[in-house]
Amino acid sequence: MKTLDEFVQLFAEQFEETEQNQFTPSTDFRSLDEWSSLIGLSIIAMVDEEFGIALNAKDFRQVTTINDLYSIICGKINES
Amino acid sequence: MTGASSGIGRETAIQCSKLGANVIITARNVDRLKETLSLLNGNGHEMIIADLTDQEDVERLVRTVNGLNGAVLCAGKGMTSPFAFSSRDKYDAVFDVNFFAPVELLRLFIKQKKLEKHASVVFLSSIGGVELFTPGNGVYGASKAALNSTMKYCAKELAPKKIRVNAVNPGMVNTGMIQDGRFTEEQLALNMEKYPLKRYGEPLDIALGVVYLLSDASSWVTGHSLVIDGGITVK
Repeated sequence: MKTLDEFVQLFAEQFEETEQNQFTPSTDFRSLDEWSSLIGLSIIAMVDEEFGIALNAKDFRQVTTINDLYSIICGKINES
Repeated sequence: MTGASSGIGRETAIQCSKLGANVIITARNVDRLKETLSLLNGNGHEMIIADLTDQEDVERLVRTVNGLNGAVLCAGKGMTSPFAFSSRDKYDAVFDVNFFAPVELLRLFIKQKKLEKHASVVFLSSIGGVELFTPGNGVYGASKAALNSTMKYCAKELAPKKIRVNAVNPGMVNTGMIQDGRFTEEQLALNMEKYPLKRYGEPLDIALGVVYLLSDASSWVTGHSLVIDGGITVK
């Protein structure tokens, strides 16, 4: 399973214009200028592709940082 | 009526039964299809369990029916997938249900002469992929675009048999397809505001459009995409 650092990297790859150094586990991703619902869809698709986990809208609503999202993914993997 | 276990399919079956039709409803889920059956008006209705992506089920379904005056091809699935992540398997999954299933079913109905003269065929299409192109909806939209196109070819080719073929193209409708957790309440509320009529559709809004296309009221209508969308596609 991908590590947190690998996840941050994969998360960053869905963006085009934001500097790599903006992405850390504690990044509040919605506050990034480039954040959009379309990028949100890409994140969901990336998580499905890389982790086999299907995030839904409710999962997103609960999180603020990249690390929060990673925790949710780990939680779902442990459940399955 | 395919996809009759819920949503638009269920409501259309109910409305048709209220107007005196004998309805044959089909879907995969036994409990939900039985529930639809119990909601139909009058008698003379039938339910057939079938998975329309299974060739044997489809052939069995076609063998069972005869003398159809109408067919409503409603079974469908949604998918949200940005283009970069939309691999072949995603297209296959959506096209199998949304395009190949209804097309093959209609093809067999025609080949085996299961539709009466003056029958009416209605495809449940969508504004998505046909009039409206929302990022993330490309796989679903492509399947509906293909369906819309085939509808028009069928309208031309089946006209000599006096069989009319049309589509209903809904906007967002309050059914299980949109209430499965893929959108937040906030997203839906924001999106709803863009609709001139400030609400999403209800299954009844769509069902009555299908009823119009099935009925003699539309006897000079074929090859038409009936948009029922609260005005969202008005430019």
